Amino acid sequence: MGVEQILFYVFGAILVFAAGMVITVRNPVFAALFLVLAFFTSAALWILLEAEFLAITLVLVYVGAVMVLFLFVVMMLDINLAPLQEGFTRYLPVGIVVAGIIVAEIYFAVNAEHFGLQAVAEPVRHAADYSNTRELGRVIYTAYAYPFEIASAILLVAIVAAIALTLRAKRQSKYIQPEKQVIVRRKDRVRIVKMPPEREEPGTS
Amino acid sequence: MDSLLAIWSSVPESAQLITLTVAKILAIVIPLSLSVAYLTFAERKVIGYVQVRIGPNRVGPRGWLQPIADAVKLMFKEIILPSSSNKFLFVLAPILCLGPALAAWAVVPFMDGVVLTDIDAGLLYILAISSMGVYGIIIAGWASNSKYAFLGALRSAAQMVSYEIAMGFALVGVLLAAGSLNLTQIVTAQQGWVWNWFWFPLLPLFFIYFIAGVAETNRAPFDVAEGESEIVAGFHVEYAGMTFAVFFLAEYANMILVAVLTAIMFLGGWYAPWSGLLPESALAIPGLGWLLSDGPHWLLAKISFLLFLFLWFRATFPRYRYDQIMRLGWKVFIPITIVWLLVVGGMVIAEVPPWFA
Amino acid sequence: MANSQVPNFFLALPEMWLLLAGCLVLVIDAFGRGKDRNTAYLLSQLTLAVAAVITVAMATDIRIFAFNDSYVSDMMGTVLKTFIYLVTAVVFIYSRDYLRERGLYQGEFFVLALFAVLGMMIMVSAHSFLTIYLGLELLSLSLYAMVALKRDDSDATEAAMKYFVLGALASGMLLYGMSIIYGVTGTLDVGQVAQRLASASEANNLVLAFAVVFVIVGLAFKLGAVPFHMWIPDVYHGAPTPVTLFVGTAPKIAAFAMIMRLLVEGLGDLHAHWRDILIVLSVLSMGIGNIVAIAQTNLKRMLAYSTISHVGFLLLGILSGTENGYASSMFYTLVYAVMGAGGFGMILMLSRSGFEADKIEDFKGLNDRSPWYAFMMLILMFSMAGVPPTLGFYAKLSVIQSLVDVGLVWLAVLAVVFSIIGAFYYLRMVKLMYFDKPVETAPLRANLDLRAVISVNALSVLALGLYPSALMNLCIVALTQP
Repeated sequence: MGVEQILFYVFGAILVFAAGMVITVRNPVFAALFLVLAFFTSAALWILLEAEFLAITLVLVYVGAVMVLFLFVVMMLDINLAPLQEGFTRYLPVGIVVAGIIVAEIYFAVNAEHFGLQAVAEPVRHAADYSNTRELGRVIYTAYAYPFEIASAILLVAIVAAIALTLRAKRQSKYIQPEKQVIVRRKDRVRIVKMPPEREEPGTS
Repeated sequence: MDSLLAIWSSVPESAQLITLTVAKILAIVIPLSLSVAYLTFAERKVIGYVQVRIGPNRVGPRGWLQPIADAVKLMFKEIILPSSSNKFLFVLAPILCLGPALAAWAVVPFMDGVVLTDIDAGLLYILAISSMGVYGIIIAGWASNSKYAFLGALRSAAQMVSYEIAMGFALVGVLLAAGSLNLTQIVTAQQGWVWNWFWFPLLPLFFIYFIAGVAETNRAPFDVAEGESEIVAGFHVEYAGMTFAVFFLAEYANMILVAVLTAIMFLGGWYAPWSGLLPESALAIPGLGWLLSDGPHWLLAKISFLLFLFLWFRATFPRYRYDQIMRLGWKVFIPITIVWLLVVGGMVIAEVPPWFA
Repeated sequence: MANSQVPNFFLALPEMWLLLAGCLVLVIDAFGRGKDRNTAYLLSQLTLAVAAVITVAMATDIRIFAFNDSYVSDMMGTVLKTFIYLVTAVVFIYSRDYLRERGLYQGEFFVLALFAVLGMMIMVSAHSFLTIYLGLELLSLSLYAMVALKRDDSDATEAAMKYFVLGALASGMLLYGMSIIYGVTGTLDVGQVAQRLASASEANNLVLAFAVVFVIVGLAFKLGAVPFHMWIPDVYHGAPTPVTLFVGTAPKIAAFAMIMRLLVEGLGDLHAHWRDILIVLSVLSMGIGNIVAIAQTNLKRMLAYSTISHVGFLLLGILSGTENGYASSMFYTLVYAVMGAGGFGMILMLSRSGFEADKIEDFKGLNDRSPWYAFMMLILMFSMAGVPPTLGFYAKLSVIQSLVDVGLVWLAVLAVVFSIIGAFYYLRMVKLMYFDKPVETAPLRANLDLRAVISVNALSVLALGLYPSALMNLCIVALTQP
């Protein structure tokens, strides 16, 4: 067993462990942190596959941005866990049976017999100076230009949707606008009114 | 000497590799830690002079041993774990803060070829690793079980995520200009004297990168995460002793990192300001010639200047209000970077000399 | 890569125009804040009209590929796209008053709808698993947001949430199936997948069957076929009626295109595998859809179940696996989109500020209030039930015909039985309109354009029903193109 294989199994074990913890751990903050660990280890696995650009992007986007915001929200929520866990044990047997069947099916269909080295050719190893990033860039802007543009439209829709659903037109906070403050003149604010007394002063009559 | 070499070659190859790598890592980390220690001293001195004070001058000659005294003090202080805090995460947080700050140095080149790992996607690696520093702060804030710490963590998380975008776009500009993600190649793309460096064609990106760097490190005037006057000391209010010291270390290590990256990407890395202009004979003068020619000492000089800017900012600017920080990040920096990316793209296509010829 | 040149963008001109125009509407609307939203409305209609002109002008007799074969321009695409523009334009006309009265008359509604149309166009002319999926996501994302647009309404929010969660699940299923197919064939291109499958070894059959199951589950979720229909009634009920109208019409056309590209063009060689699954789905859909619809008191929910049963019919034509079957399915889809637009349009016409008109009893005695519109509704209901000589009758007839052609007589009989059951609740609407006393007596106050378009809509169902061969021939031509 070479170093790469050992690394693969180590990272794989951590990944499976972390993914399992994400759904079993009670505290949502811990769940989010385990998810971070899961992303990180899968990035490591991708590096073993020589997909360093994707691996680093995974860390950059998911670990660095998405999960931070996720944690941000999870920490602020005061989730009462007791009701969420209700019925867990009741549905557990059914869940295990269904999950077991699916796992068995996947195993029979997607196994080494169909996806092993006999069925699929071994991918070519690239030399050390092979630039994954450059090659990806080349195909994304040529062969895959159309899907790439569609993806940008999807992101635009996401932004529009997020703003349409959250932006409230009326703001409650009050701002001071200095440029309006300085042009105020006395006559805008104060009006001096001369008026006769409405009541006789006591003592004059 | 020969016997030493013989012992060395008898060691198995993998062990050789590991030893060499560890030695290289130590060669980076130990000077870095010392720089951090003396950066704190420099900060107090500089701010002292700006405020017409003397600054620390008691420990050792002219106060030079002050950082050592501080370190010793922090090491011997008790680490207090607040009750009903999350002990594991509480201790993990400072480490998560420091880890990325050190890990990013793996791809920083000090000279052509003098780099720990010369990876192809170095710039991306830097972005990815530096984006992870925020976890230390968030976890510290949450695990402390204190509302001030938590408020600080939230502020810092939002701030860092916001400025990362502007920072990332600025780096995209650099990548466009240099045509590579490898940091060594980015520097060699700027070969030449001051005018050849990327600071001028990428001027807005240069400013934005540095300002975003200041915001990313939570330094004044963007230090709302600490905000002494509002939330006591922000995310590290509950920390004491060594755990606090590690946060401190991480903050200064990050400052140095931002400075070195700015120097590499915009200020020509190890090239001397007159690189390529002086005659060969001038460079051959013993001593002075070395000083005048390209080399790591120029990188060091640039880093020092940028670090001085950090200290100068802190002494000069009042703290930003939180909504102003967000406005600056999202509504000013991001649009400017996007517009300038188009300009850079145009310049690259037009092959504007001397940068993109 | 073999094809790493700059691709030929020109062929995707309709898509590019829609993207550009969508962005323009967005910007113009954002900077025109505070004024009325008619600019956004008019610009959106203009966008659709121009897109229709471009699409028709670029129609060709042969199939042309672009973008490394991930985009195809063919007759089927042209016809389906044109209908999508038409239905969307009608949706906009129907929705205007409703939206204005409820404070939903925002630029976002139109922008999101335009982007949804873009997603549908991408799906219609996609020729690669990647583009199919991306188009689907663009469409779904816009629809989720549109359902939630009435954000202070708990029904709408709940509907959006259900739609989003189940939609995401379905996308996951679809992707998983696609990834297995990619693993076996090594390509994402629909044409190449078909080629590889033709020469695939027996050993891979199990894997491919497994992948097909996932793909179909994903498709069934998106279409709302039983047993993956749970979201349909809630979404149709909870969403604001114009959004229901939109969700229930144009995307069905795109979904038909997606099935054609994925199952027929890509996985046509696995017909034996997916035929049996589709039979189960369609029988369940027709059964549950028609029977549960009887119990509904809310018209939107009733139409939701009716949609489910129509989806069952739509699948019948596809599972027959013949050119005629596909053409009859396409015919059915187009007819359904037109009928559905009319049906929801009637709800919109009867509604006014503070009154949704989405209960069945709101239609009681419509004849006394307005004989003309009661007659229009009668035509629509007859058509949905499949009563001759309306268009719906021919749609059902052609689908059943194609089943009989391939020898699935028992299925054809079952379909007829279910549509007779279904006729009950459509005809009950007619009874309510003509023989019951009105509860509501307020006169109809809809705008002239809405009245005119809804009349045209309903009458076209009748008129095309009298001459169904025109539309049918169009479908056959579109699908038998070389």
